[in-house]
Amino acid sequence: MREVNVADITAAIAELSMDANYNLGDDVYKAFYDALEKETSPTGKNVLEQLITNANIAKEEQVPMCQDTGYAVIFVELGQDVHLVGGDLNEAIFEGVRKGYGDGYLRKSICEPITRANTKDNTPAIIHVDVVPGDKVKLTIAPKGGGSENMSAVKMLKPSDGAKGVVDFVVDVASKAGSNPCPPIILGVGIGGTFEKVAYLAKKALLRELGSSNPDPFYAAMEKEILEKVNKLGIGPQGFGGRTTALAVHIEVFPAHIASFPAAVNINCHAARHKEVTI
Amino acid sequence: MTMKKINTPLSDDDVMKLKAGDTVLITGVIFTGRDAAHKKLVDLVNAGEPLPVDFTGQLIYYVGPSPAKPGKVIGSAGPTTSGRMDAYKPTLMEHGLKGSIGKGSRNQAVKDALIKHKGLYLASTGGAAALLAKTIKKAEVVAYPELGPEAIYRLEVEDFPATVVNDAYGNDIYEEGRKEYEITG
Repeated sequence: MREVNVADITAAIAELSMDANYNLGDDVYKAFYDALEKETSPTGKNVLEQLITNANIAKEEQVPMCQDTGYAVIFVELGQDVHLVGGDLNEAIFEGVRKGYGDGYLRKSICEPITRANTKDNTPAIIHVDVVPGDKVKLTIAPKGGGSENMSAVKMLKPSDGAKGVVDFVVDVASKAGSNPCPPIILGVGIGGTFEKVAYLAKKALLRELGSSNPDPFYAAMEKEILEKVNKLGIGPQGFGGRTTALAVHIEVFPAHIASFPAAVNINCHAARHKEVTI
Repeated sequence: MTMKKINTPLSDDDVMKLKAGDTVLITGVIFTGRDAAHKKLVDLVNAGEPLPVDFTGQLIYYVGPSPAKPGKVIGSAGPTTSGRMDAYKPTLMEHGLKGSIGKGSRNQAVKDALIKHKGLYLASTGGAAALLAKTIKKAEVVAYPELGPEAIYRLEVEDFPATVVNDAYGNDIYEEGRKEYEITG
């Protein structure tokens, strides 16, 4: 048994909250430059150039790339040989969010759903814990903006809908979202599992390195097909028209019940923020 | 690409010179407002009370900035989704507002109000919040401080970049741009 003090988790979460909001990943930068080469719309090119400049300013000045610094979604891979000491894991994570969003001048965007009263410290966080072999704790933060989350969808398809059913559903969600989720977007797609599992898969898919393929060639081909179809929609950067509507499509799959065929699309804006650390 | 410079407050002439798809650089005063502030403003109108700000010829920017770091005028300040303000915009346009800046599409009632009152709907780049904050030279809360980031701020901006989405002639660049680049079959 290895002991890990939850105070170390608090410190790590505070640091990751700021890091994720200030420093855009190299994979997203690369996707911007690739898109800039392919984009034919002058307005679309202008938007992509603004996004690159914006990411540079955020990094240099250590300020948030987007004012919507998101709901703090935290993935914990907890080694089963770890003994957590010093307090409650959930509270330690909340304290890290409180500190990171406070010290880092990040926006506090969490509220009671009906009264809309702000919790004022961006807590609670959404926490997903996975117990895994080993004696390490891996923490990933993915701050999630509201604009793109609002355009996401879950659908219980019929097994007879098959692969085409999933492709049509994802393209339809992207089409209806139009300019709202700040395109160019990234599409996290979940296929299979249950009602709640499929949404989790779609969210998890967004953590993959941008543009990496599903290891299964069948699903890798489906990712490519969806990306091509979405980019034929013409929505373009910020919806002004253009070839770059999506930067990537990532699919994650889990076996389904014989009667069910769930599918989910979690849309991320171009500010595809996620950072991780292993303690 | 060419950028047209415009200054606020806007006259009817200024508005009629602009077409959907034009990229502009805005200099002057703009006001901020999101869901909660809009609800308060329209509640005042419905109660026959005066508004806390004179919106004649002005633009409202749909933004809830992040907190300003010490020494900065404002935190990161990009647009939020405009559709949530559709229910309020026509009422404010009846009271002199010339338009708004946000991101994402508007409903038909807003588009009709833009034609009727000679107004504009513009979009700035969603997510380019650090870049847009650089064009904001001064920021002060002028109404509803209790709303925090959702309070109404008076911003002084210089060359704030935006694109005209809906003009006073009924054009919509989201629809036209998409049609132009759509590949069917």
